[in-house]
Amino acid sequence: MIEGFLALYIFMLAAFTGYEVISKVPVILHTPLMSGSNFVHGIVLVGAMVALGHAQTTLEQAIGFLAVLFAAGNAVGGYVVTERMLEMFKSSKGQ
Amino acid sequence: MDIKLLIEISYFLAAVLFILGLKRMSSPVTARSGIVWAGWGMVLATLVSFLYPQMQNVGLMILAIGLGSVIAYVSAKKVAMTDMPQMIALYNGLGGGAAALIAAVELIRMVGHGHALINTVLLLAVVGAFIGTVALSGSIIAFAKLQGLIRRSWNFNGQNQINLLLFALILLLGAVIVAQGTHSALWLVAGFFVLALVFGVLITLPIGGADMPVVISLFNALTGLAVAFEGFVLGNAAMIIAGTVVGSAGTLLTQLMAKAMNRSLANVLFSGFGSKTSAGSGEAVTGAMKPIEASDVAVMMGYAENVIIIPGYGMAVAQAQHKIWELTKLLQARNVKVKFAIHPVAGRMPGHMNVLLAEAGVPYDLIFDLEEINADFPQSDVTLVIGANDVVNPVARTDPNSPIYGMPILNADKSKNTVVIKRGQGAGFSGVENGLFFADNTRMLYGDGQKMVSELIAQVKEL
Repeated sequence: MIEGFLALYIFMLAAFTGYEVISKVPVILHTPLMSGSNFVHGIVLVGAMVALGHAQTTLEQAIGFLAVLFAAGNAVGGYVVTERMLEMFKSSKGQ
Repeated sequence: MDIKLLIEISYFLAAVLFILGLKRMSSPVTARSGIVWAGWGMVLATLVSFLYPQMQNVGLMILAIGLGSVIAYVSAKKVAMTDMPQMIALYNGLGGGAAALIAAVELIRMVGHGHALINTVLLLAVVGAFIGTVALSGSIIAFAKLQGLIRRSWNFNGQNQINLLLFALILLLGAVIVAQGTHSALWLVAGFFVLALVFGVLITLPIGGADMPVVISLFNALTGLAVAFEGFVLGNAAMIIAGTVVGSAGTLLTQLMAKAMNRSLANVLFSGFGSKTSAGSGEAVTGAMKPIEASDVAVMMGYAENVIIIPGYGMAVAQAQHKIWELTKLLQARNVKVKFAIHPVAGRMPGHMNVLLAEAGVPYDLIFDLEEINADFPQSDVTLVIGANDVVNPVARTDPNSPIYGMPILNADKSKNTVVIKRGQGAGFSGVENGLFFADNTRMLYGDGQKMVSELIAQVKEL
């Protein structure tokens, strides 16, 4: 369990990291980048798994199931489209 | 204990892989490996999550993962590059929805079993639920608009006031849930989610197609934030880090997009600008549009030293990008230097045009950003504008009354000659007349983008 201020520190440092990492990305990669970061928040899948794994009532199970379904769609879809796009970027030297 | 430690280590590694992966995406050379790295992080985090103590419903879980993965995989493989923005919006909405649903499970458990949450945790769960739900319903509307399922924009008087009222109501409901804790009624929680869904729909409906890149980017950032908040709720560091990184990265990207249009984010969200077709009058543009034949353009380009091509979304709609690359190769064989100039907001997403050109096979080192290329236009013998309009309109520089005044543009009007391929004589989506089309050194090549470029190819071959 991550508590109080420790969580706040993680939050702050991660926010700076995201800002720094992205600020150097050239415009030509903005679409794959957005799609790539879209894939990264697919990590919500692990949270959805925990939610479903600890669900007790039918209602909780149903919602948890939907959460895992959505999260898996986010992760897999995000990965495949990003990879498809990045695969296409080639330099003249490589041809 | 050992398993707990294994899970923590794996999540840590996953977070490192995500950040390194995103970092590697900052150069086209390493970008491909970046997404693969992040992918391994995801696989690792997912696999160890099965080892969580006291996991139940594992069968259901595998079914949901399998089903979600297959549907997403098939749709992601099939989607055309032109339709990429709406697909990304949809996947993003799913992530936001998942975050909201996690919050829903937590809240229902709290209400149903008297499973009390610490106040801060409860607050974060509620805020995350709201953001995630808005990202879900908003992204679905964005998808529907870009896909052409919703064609008109919804603008009415007092729209912002109604949205504000709804927002206040959601805040109130959220506050009541946090204050009452385990004593909250289930219908209150349900009502909260329903209102948040409606709110996401209402704020996205009035936003026009041209502003969608900003909106998709914003929802992407919001989903990241929602994931981070639910990560706090679950005490999951991987979710906090990955979600926050995406949240701040997405915020930066949203700002860059809005800046490229010379508008504030608030203006994009609340003015309904991109949806209006009639815009301010401004100065009358003088002169006439001068048509030209493809054969003449071919001669101009074939004997030029420097050519700059400015593709806009219209090129993608006409599916002319492959032909454009064919033409470029022909010109290169004649020792003509060809560069591509891309405006940051060309396409339906930041960088969308780059993806479309890459798909056609155009190497990325021929493609230049607005700031990199604007100084080169005076040396350009022929600048070919295809499917772009507002982003080359010099009125943005000169006419303070124009709605697009102040927007950074590609200085096509400064080149020695400009040729514009255009279907008809209409104005751009902003409804503003384009001064470039009337300039002395501009010639108009009327016709369908793909057909005209094919004709240029045939003519250049005959030179």
